[in-house]
Amino acid sequence: MDNTKFRRLFTILIVLLIITFFISLSIGRYSNDPLDVLNTLFSRAGWKEGSNPIMDNIVFYVRMPRIIVSMLVGAMLSLSGAVYQGVFKNPLISPDLLGVSSGASVGAALAIMLGASLAQRQITAFLGGLLAVSITAFIPKLFKNRNNMMLVLSGIIVSGFFCSLLSIMKFVAEEQTELASIVFWQMGSMAKVLGKEIVAITPVFIICTTVLLLLSWRINILSFGDLEAKSLGMNITQIRGIIIVCASLLTASSVSISGTIGWIGLVIPHLGRLAIGTDNTKVVPITVVMGALFMLVIDTLARTVSTAEIPLSILTGFVGAPLFAYLLYKQKTLVE
Amino acid sequence: MVISMLRKTQTSLQLKIEQVSFSYNGSEEILKSISFTVNSGQIICILGPNGIGKTTLLTCLAKLNSPTSGKILLNGEDMSLIEHRTIARNVGYVPQTIAPSFDYSVLEYVVTGLAPWLGIFEKPKEEHYQQALQALQKIGIEHIKDKPYTRISAGELQMVSIARVLAQKVQFVLMDEPTSHLDFGNQLKVLNIIKEMAKEGYGIVLTTHNPDQVLLLEGKVAVFDRERQFHFGNWSDILNDKLLKSIYGVTLKICEVEQVSRKVCIAPRIE
Repeated sequence: MDNTKFRRLFTILIVLLIITFFISLSIGRYSNDPLDVLNTLFSRAGWKEGSNPIMDNIVFYVRMPRIIVSMLVGAMLSLSGAVYQGVFKNPLISPDLLGVSSGASVGAALAIMLGASLAQRQITAFLGGLLAVSITAFIPKLFKNRNNMMLVLSGIIVSGFFCSLLSIMKFVAEEQTELASIVFWQMGSMAKVLGKEIVAITPVFIICTTVLLLLSWRINILSFGDLEAKSLGMNITQIRGIIIVCASLLTASSVSISGTIGWIGLVIPHLGRLAIGTDNTKVVPITVVMGALFMLVIDTLARTVSTAEIPLSILTGFVGAPLFAYLLYKQKTLVE
Repeated sequence: MVISMLRKTQTSLQLKIEQVSFSYNGSEEILKSISFTVNSGQIICILGPNGIGKTTLLTCLAKLNSPTSGKILLNGEDMSLIEHRTIARNVGYVPQTIAPSFDYSVLEYVVTGLAPWLGIFEKPKEEHYQQALQALQKIGIEHIKDKPYTRISAGELQMVSIARVLAQKVQFVLMDEPTSHLDFGNQLKVLNIIKEMAKEGYGIVLTTHNPDQVLLLEGKVAVFDRERQFHFGNWSDILNDKLLKSIYGVTLKICEVEQVSRKVCIAPRIE
């Protein structure tokens, strides 16, 4: 199997990611000089004497955690979008399909209205997202109909319900503070990210990404449909279940930290397929790196373009929607 | 043309259907106590009117549906006790239509036939892609191996489906109306391949709407008439004008035609 195209693309993306990482590390309100950053890094590593403590603080405690988390969130959202598209045989769906985003929004809103801390808000958002997916997964069991369509419709029902719940909460929320917080949370931001967020989501990222990488070929088979997948000997309920659990954990973790960010889970997998074809053994790793790169660029723009922080969903929307239109144009034969 | 990718020791393999009944969710019984046997090297055509249960029977043979009573024995073992993976190593299913969502290449599609032979976290390696390529070569379509399978003709797609079941290295092949959407030339091409496969030891069961194909394939027939009566046996013993009338409700004749040196099943002139 000719892997050179894949290896070349993967290498280029990794290199781009590293370069963007350093550029992003050097950009900010305090100092835009990459030499300052290099000095700081070297002195931390013990290769150079004397460091600027303010710069050190900026690089390691302000910028770096945010940069790392934005890469992780980008990777996680893109990956879950890619595998959902494979499992549900539909290149036009996003990770919000099963209700994670609406559930997480309700969880976050609850925390905001109860005056909880940021960390508590992240936890309730995470739990809210998982609760929504669990209900979505439970409905087909209740109706004794486990096929894909049932799961999708179930997701629509649950998303709709949680959205209404969120609307009630917005309606009774205190206008100036609570409502504003809820709305801004929904627009997505990495502004308050610190080191401990990395600790929280890295294990989820490593475990779920590894599992999904290992199952990536099986996603190809699932995308043929239940009949064919079963005739090829696959235990579809089990494999689909594992994949949905991993993808949901990835989405819920991301959303709980950064708020809901649209478009990335829909567009990046498409870009990946355009670049490397539809074989998921290649799409999955490419999507992870592309998502990290994309989110890093978006978040860097969000904090540097103007003096105020631009919410992430605004940027992903302005970039993602036209990009998606372009992708659909290129792939218009696929849309039935 | 050597098609076989069968493993060695393939002689007396058998799919035995014993008193199988089936209904969807406890409603009307579609299959009523059906019994017959498929041996390796045999071709069995399932004939019957629309909606009578031909495809249902076929799916039961692949354990894609479970009989409500009776059992199916795969080489002597009760299928209900065998897990899907093992069944997939022995029985292949060629669906009537494929509705692709993504445009995998033909080779990527055929290599998925090796799924029952790979571990759950395994990816196919070079040797597996080689086997998939060989399957394409056996039917003479390796030249389209890199084309997206969404952009090949219906005839080529049918060949690709058959290639995948060859790559699956099964003993029994189940085909749901393999010629339904093919032009006449491709129909005969597929029938030729089916006959070759049977000669090489595959046991093949197919559903068809064309009784003349039965006469071309010269295998056994499993027939449902319009009253859901089931008949099974050699085509020459069972198939006659009366049975055909009871299946399709119209007059069909079986006659010997010298120019093609065979019996044909044909409709009389429309007045």
